[in-house]
Amino acid sequence: MDLSAINPVLLLASLMVAATPIILAAVGELIVERAGVLNLGVEGMMITGAVCGFIVAVNTGSPLLGFIGAAIGGAMLSLLFGFLTQFLLANQVATGLALTLFGLGLSALMGQNYIGIKAPEFPDWHIPLLGDIPVIGPIVFQHDPMVYVGLAIVVAVWAFLKYSRAGLILRAVGENHEAAHALGYHVVRVRMLAIMFGGACAGLGGAYLSLVRVPQWTEGMTAGAGWIALAIVVFASWKPMRLLLGAYLFGGVTVLQLNLQAAGMAIPVEYLSMSPYLATIAVLVIMRAGRAPGSLGQSFHASR
Amino acid sequence: MLMLEKRPQPSKAWTLAAPLLAVVLTMICGGLLFAALGKAPIETIRTIFFDPLFSEFAWFYRPQLLIKGAPLALIAIGLSFGFRAGIWNIGAEGQYIVGAICGAAVGLAFYPTESFLIFPLMVIAGVLGGTLWALIPGILKVKFDTNEILVSLMLVYVAEQLLASMALGALRNPDGMGFPGSRNLAKYDSASSWISENAGMHWGVVAAMIAVIFAYVTLSRHQFGFNVRLAGQSPRAARFAGVNPKLLVLVCMGISGGLAGAAGLFEVAGPAGQISIDFNVGYGFTAIIVAFLGRLHPIGILLAAGLMALTYIGGEIAQSNLGLPGAAIQLMQGMLLFFLLMVDVLTNYRLRFGKGATI
Repeated sequence: MDLSAINPVLLLASLMVAATPIILAAVGELIVERAGVLNLGVEGMMITGAVCGFIVAVNTGSPLLGFIGAAIGGAMLSLLFGFLTQFLLANQVATGLALTLFGLGLSALMGQNYIGIKAPEFPDWHIPLLGDIPVIGPIVFQHDPMVYVGLAIVVAVWAFLKYSRAGLILRAVGENHEAAHALGYHVVRVRMLAIMFGGACAGLGGAYLSLVRVPQWTEGMTAGAGWIALAIVVFASWKPMRLLLGAYLFGGVTVLQLNLQAAGMAIPVEYLSMSPYLATIAVLVIMRAGRAPGSLGQSFHASR
Repeated sequence: MLMLEKRPQPSKAWTLAAPLLAVVLTMICGGLLFAALGKAPIETIRTIFFDPLFSEFAWFYRPQLLIKGAPLALIAIGLSFGFRAGIWNIGAEGQYIVGAICGAAVGLAFYPTESFLIFPLMVIAGVLGGTLWALIPGILKVKFDTNEILVSLMLVYVAEQLLASMALGALRNPDGMGFPGSRNLAKYDSASSWISENAGMHWGVVAAMIAVIFAYVTLSRHQFGFNVRLAGQSPRAARFAGVNPKLLVLVCMGISGGLAGAAGLFEVAGPAGQISIDFNVGYGFTAIIVAFLGRLHPIGILLAAGLMALTYIGGEIAQSNLGLPGAAIQLMQGMLLFFLLMVDVLTNYRLRFGKGATI
């Protein structure tokens, strides 16, 4: 094994890229859960976003339009979840699972003619001045725009929840939907908007995989990323800034194991590939989760 | 304005009618989907749902129904205990894989000795493997309050990697000229789970039948079944009734894991024949649909497993005869679960027309 082949600067730079799809999907789910809804369909929305984004990008030649298409695709699919859980009061766990199974089938069907095609190039930004700083420049300031979009969404969500009135209403709906309803807030409307935001973010995360990270379409390519995003929301105790920490931790494990594979470590490849999943479990065990939103996972039915 | 009014008790009639209505709606929507894909909708639906049973080649497909239905029923029965009690084991696919690996490992260790003891030992190993794999999320939930959904699911991906490493490494056929995959257990008499290959009968089918009867008796006649139902409907009441919630988690996870492991073992020693990289085909996930479609009731699960097996086989026929993409069947199975959850609103709520609070 040749550990000197691993370049720490490149490692940290690719860590930021590896964490981005998880950040995008997790920040969307964070808003959904803060509104009191548990959507376990992140994996399904992510893979649907991945295929929608890929199809749009290949046909238009524009990755940017691809990302917009992915966000719309993810949001459309999440509407299905919202309709079932908010209007028909279906069990959220079961509906979320159904959304994942449905999304996996839908994406496989939609993408069958796109296997083996390469995605259009999505160039990295080289941010002037900042990108020229030695060491920090290549690590932080020489990525594709979506890395920064992801970070911007996290900051925006943090500010939204902490400082805005709408954020306060969303938290109220998530903490105690009966009380929020009694105060005259539209519980179902708030939740539907949150669910759609979650779907759009998951779609972006999926498209980041198919357009930047891989960049190709293969069936089942999200490989559990949506579930890891769900785990990271728990790890983050439903706080946006801690979410970044969790996602970078996960990204770090992923990138490190890939580098160790490339460096020819004596451990078989399969065991290294397990490590991101094992790390997620370890994180769930070690980090005691904070308090979940009070109404998380409960159906709301205004009896009068 | 259309309104929902909660029923004091879930409607008995709708409990039975909802799955049927969901199947009909899925057929209609599936037909529209097939039409959109440029296939004749009625012919495709007939190929999927009727040809495996009633066409001139049905003698060939009927045994397949047992082969595909047995693992689905076996896994779904196990899951139904936990789902009733609000314990969500989503990782049956992983437990299925680990059961198969453990069982196959025992069988391969004895190769080429012939003894009637080998197969029972393999079954025990398979059940143990699945149980232990399912107890990981169970114990973590009890000890550290981690979410069993996420942990059991993560372990599916771990199990898939484990399967790959076994197929390429420890369990690889030494006479296989370097190809991945183990020896063929179905051709090793002492380890084969076949009873009659032509009739589609293997020990997994028998085990599924026993599991259905056992589950039925347990749920309707035994204290444990009562505790499971009580914990699901009212965790607080269950606490007062002396149900130990931690023990319940472990037992429910253990049962579902054990049955999933058994299903994996019967599959690897019969229909699949060997440990290979693509051994698992998603039975563990489809079984979730089966459990819900069967209303978490043993008899219902048996019927639902038959129906899902039908869509698998019919899907394969439609794939080869009509060129229907395989993913369309997967999509239709997901659709079925959606429609079921959608129609289920009528089981718990009454529709009312009139003015009142808007939602």
